[in-house]
Amino acid sequence: MSHLLEVQDLKVKFALRFGDLTAIDGISFTLDKGERLGIVGESGAGKSVTGFAIINLLSKPGFIAEGKVLFKGQDLSTLPGREMRKIRGNRISMIFQDPMMTLNPVFTIGTQMVETLKAHRNITTQEAEKIALEKLRKVHIPSPEKRLAQYPHEFSGGMRQRIIIAISLLNDPAIIIADEPTTALDVTIQAEIMDLLQELCQEEEMGLILITHDLGVVSQVTEKIAVMYAGKIIETGDTQTVVTDPSHPYTRGLIKSLPGALKTGEKLYQIPGMMPNLTAIPPGCAFNPRCNLKDEICLKEVPLLKRTEKGIMAACHMI
Amino acid sequence: MFAFIIRRTTQAIFVMLVISMIGFAIKNKIGDPVRDMVGERVTPAERAEIREQLGLNDPFTKQYVRFLKNAAHGDLGLSFFYKKPALEVIIAKAPATMELVFGAGLIIVLVSLPLGVYTALRPRSFLSRFTMGFSTLGVSMPVFLTAIMLIYIFGVQLHWLPSYGRGETVDLFGNGWWQSGFFTLDGLKHLILPCVSLASIMLPLFIRLIRSEMMEVLETEYIKFAWAKGLPPMRIWMVHAFKNTLLPVVTVFGVQIGIMFAFTILTETVFQWQGMGYMFLEAVERSDISLLITYLIVVGSIFVIVNTVVDILYGLINPTVRIAGRK
Ligand SMILES: Nc1ncnc2c1ncn2[C@@H]1O[C@H](COP(=O)(O)OP(=O)(O)OP(=O)(O)O)[C@@H](O)[C@H]1O
Ligand code: SF4
Ligand SMILES: [Mg+2]
Repeated sequence: MSHLLEVQDLKVKFALRFGDLTAIDGISFTLDKGERLGIVGESGAGKSVTGFAIINLLSKPGFIAEGKVLFKGQDLSTLPGREMRKIRGNRISMIFQDPMMTLNPVFTIGTQMVETLKAHRNITTQEAEKIALEKLRKVHIPSPEKRLAQYPHEFSGGMRQRIIIAISLLNDPAIIIADEPTTALDVTIQAEIMDLLQELCQEEEMGLILITHDLGVVSQVTEKIAVMYAGKIIETGDTQTVVTDPSHPYTRGLIKSLPGALKTGEKLYQIPGMMPNLTAIPPGCAFNPRCNLKDEICLKEVPLLKRTEKGIMAACHMI
Repeated sequence: MFAFIIRRTTQAIFVMLVISMIGFAIKNKIGDPVRDMVGERVTPAERAEIREQLGLNDPFTKQYVRFLKNAAHGDLGLSFFYKKPALEVIIAKAPATMELVFGAGLIIVLVSLPLGVYTALRPRSFLSRFTMGFSTLGVSMPVFLTAIMLIYIFGVQLHWLPSYGRGETVDLFGNGWWQSGFFTLDGLKHLILPCVSLASIMLPLFIRLIRSEMMEVLETEYIKFAWAKGLPPMRIWMVHAFKNTLLPVVTVFGVQIGIMFAFTILTETVFQWQGMGYMFLEAVERSDISLLITYLIVVGSIFVIVNTVVDILYGLINPTVRIAGRK
């Protein structure tokens, strides 16, 4: 069976002055039509880089060194620029973290929506505006007719993120990649935006890749999860299984540090130490300096992803 | 927006009042209107009488108010040398200078925009490195040196371009006031060297400014989002990035055009260009105080007007300002 999106053994490097820095070290995952995948991990784990690598939009010294990104069987990592442009914002859309920075301040919402449609279809401005209005309604923007002529600074952060979601929906994409879409917003608005994303994906059978470090959100919205650590996926599988009964010591630490599981007065758990800098990843298992289960082998051999009896995959020598 | 325009205009009027006050103070201290009127061969007694008649012994404020009243009617005193109202002399010289500044401004826009944008988009290319190297050199080169070099190469050695005077001109309004060099081939040829020299002062600055603004804009999230929307590169560069680059550049351009009027003194002298700057140096030699003060006030006013117009233009292209003004 072929998947909508299939990332195979992807490696992303940044060409720096002192040599290449490996930011993503051989990750693989799949996404099917209408499926919702959560990618979680600490800051610097490589979540955003993964998102940008999928649409082949890595910022400057970054490049895909190895592996494939198969979208409907076509490898996006080797696609020429012109062809890739037809996919971005059309078949695969991306939503960024900070809605205050994502829209161009000097153009109206209408301009920024219409151009997205015109870049991919041969339509008139009137037709494009009609579609834009329809999508604004879909993300519950009140009186959308008035909005097209307004500038980004006339909207609140939450409203802007809705507009950005509407822009990402314009061409009815097959996949939306949302990179921490709510981190910059108030808690109440966070929940609204997440509900909206989930609702839209279910209605339109869109695939969703939700990048976040909020395990709570991932367990609510997604059905599949991939936990990243220092450029690798260290545990992946059914979201509920992983969240309720994690296998990898790192995932266990993450779950344990969630405030939800606390009784009042209990101290918040924190995984000791910090994720290593990408230039100083220890030999063997990258998690070994922080792991309380580590053994001799963990210092020498890199653990590979293995299927566990719970039906998920984890990369740890002790499972 | 309307409120914004009113506010900017009020500020401009205030600044012009300050300029007029400074101008008047200088004139009051070192100027001698009696000499302006009757020359130097008059007895001290007669002079004293004329002084009294002219109200020159009145208190400072009273004289300043009178000065302002006269100025409002366009009377800024008499030029000692020309025996004519100073403002009239300057207005007659203004078109030549305006054309020089306009030509230089045009060169700056036409050269710095494409080069600034190009060097931002292709920083590693040969042309970019060459441009940046050349502009470093240009920044540290004084105008008169540029001018003399240009005259030597294109005028003296190659005989391609004339290096003094305005050449053949056309009377624009049929009253002999605005003689324009922009409509004849000879006039245009005469414009080239002075305009290039004048432009050369600001050109490196603008190329660098546009380049660094553009590079900054290209790194923003909204440009990255524009790529993620699948827009064509030309639209991202020339529409999205360009407009945001232009906003800060427009304000700087306004200030620099104003400053350029001051630089015309040097350029006009080197090229014997019969404009306000050339006249200014002559006036200095002849100690024609009224004319000097009038020059100061006129150039100051041009500076203020250009800045105000540019600020208002900025308000028109920047939506955030428009809202602030609407409140
Ligand atoms: N432009 C760049 N140049 C060099 N290295 C980079 C660049 N962008 C990312 N990296 C490297 O890739 C690593 C992963 O970055 P990424 O942005 O994917 O982290 P993340 O998981 O999204 O973290 P966050 O939660 O903070 O967004 C970083 O630690 C950094 O070392
Ligand atoms: S492989 Fe070893 S060090 Fe790594 S997580 Fe498993 S037990 Fe810990
Ligand atoms: Mg990130």
